[in-house]
Amino acid sequence: MKHLRSISEIGVDGVQRLLELTDTMVDINQRPNPRVPALRGKTVCNLFFEDSTRTRLSFETAAKRLSADVMTFSVGTSSVNKGESLRDTIETVAAMGVDAFVIRHGSSGVPWQVSRWTTASIINAGDGWHGHPTQALLDAYTVRQALGRSSGLDGVRVAIVGDIRHSRVARSNVEVFTALGADVTLVAPVTLLPPVPPAPTTDDLDAVVEKVDVLYLLRMQRERMQEALVPSLREYSARFGLTAERARRLPEHALVMHPGPMNRGVEILVDPAELPGAVITQQVTNGVAVRMAVLFELLGAGRDVPVEEPV
Amino acid sequence: MRDEPERPARAPGLVLSQDDVRRAVTRMAHEILERNARDSRLDALVLLGLQRGGVWLAERLGMEVARIEGPVPVGSLDVSMYRDDIGLRPVVPAARTDIPVDLSGATVVLVDDVLYTGRTVRAALDAVSEYGRPRAVQLAVLVDRGHRELPIRPDFVGKNLPTSMREDVVVTELGVEIRAVLP
Repeated sequence: MKHLRSISEIGVDGVQRLLELTDTMVDINQRPNPRVPALRGKTVCNLFFEDSTRTRLSFETAAKRLSADVMTFSVGTSSVNKGESLRDTIETVAAMGVDAFVIRHGSSGVPWQVSRWTTASIINAGDGWHGHPTQALLDAYTVRQALGRSSGLDGVRVAIVGDIRHSRVARSNVEVFTALGADVTLVAPVTLLPPVPPAPTTDDLDAVVEKVDVLYLLRMQRERMQEALVPSLREYSARFGLTAERARRLPEHALVMHPGPMNRGVEILVDPAELPGAVITQQVTNGVAVRMAVLFELLGAGRDVPVEEPV
Repeated sequence: MRDEPERPARAPGLVLSQDDVRRAVTRMAHEILERNARDSRLDALVLLGLQRGGVWLAERLGMEVARIEGPVPVGSLDVSMYRDDIGLRPVVPAARTDIPVDLSGATVVLVDDVLYTGRTVRAALDAVSEYGRPRAVQLAVLVDRGHRELPIRPDFVGKNLPTSMREDVVVTELGVEIRAVLP
């Protein structure tokens, strides 16, 4: 595996391999000294052209726990503000010796474009509305762990609720969950669905809330109100928010997930700390382990190298 | 690959039978006990099988030690994150580390099926140090096939087996087999 730009690029076998590797990383993270020398001498560069706290810190932590060197590039303090092109930025940083770029960018497809300009591995940390593969992997891992599944997610009923149309998280999650055998339903107002939805859809959360194993809430972005895609936040909350009443109707074993940052009072109207099925903190914890697995796979274990001698 | 003179001393094939393996394991268990009884380290003895080939052997040695003397903790150690040849050689990860006791002050016997370059053992020494400071670390292998690249020496050996680097040594509970690897 050379890059992780999308889920479809690595296929279901790649997903399974990364989830298995994540088990090893979870073990490491539970030790008193959660650090291994696996990627000593490798350099990982975080290039974030969009704001992010958890994803950037999560990748940074992951790289450090594998003993890689980390450079973090924030657009706010960079020459991008002086008008440097993306290509020049990449080539300049690559010339310093970088083994992997972790890229978040507001435009879809940037990770593919960048991989033409450098020989380093590319990890997509979110590109436009397109994809966010490591988020989808950590979500799949969290479901697997919380439901006690050893490999696939056959027959697990997942409802993804919210702004599907503008959500890279939704897109990547549908790919991962369906690849692992889950039944995904998208719950959203028609205005917030893509023209060709990747899974069955409904606009009636109340009809599905009693029949889910996983309720995945997306962040409702306030700028959508200005675009008049939803009449008001209040109406959105009433129809698509997780209210106390809906939380009571969830099956006892059902998980409640959110990619963060949460809009309390919009998509979630109860305190997640009081929901027995909320695994939002576990998602963040597993995020570090999944990103360790991805870095290790791309920079270490999974390189296509000739077998020189039997081990 | 380094140029090694071919050593046609023995034809490829089965070199240890199932019975040979069983006898070698019994003898190694006795040797481990004898060596460590001397310094009254038996209470703190731990057997750690190196993933993946050493795990079954550690379990077998543990059963033998239990039969002769009494039960001993047996665990497993995955060293893939500690190797110095990550990226040079495909790594098979996703094996679990399971260490049942605190290793501080323990006498750890690392167990592997085949000792070859010594790089796995070097990685294992680093990995073990993450779990505490053992009083002593010893090494038990079923087959020592030579070609060391590091100053590492086994304490307990089932069988010394001179090999060519063009051969592959395959160890299972059913026996030890040498296979020719195509150049």
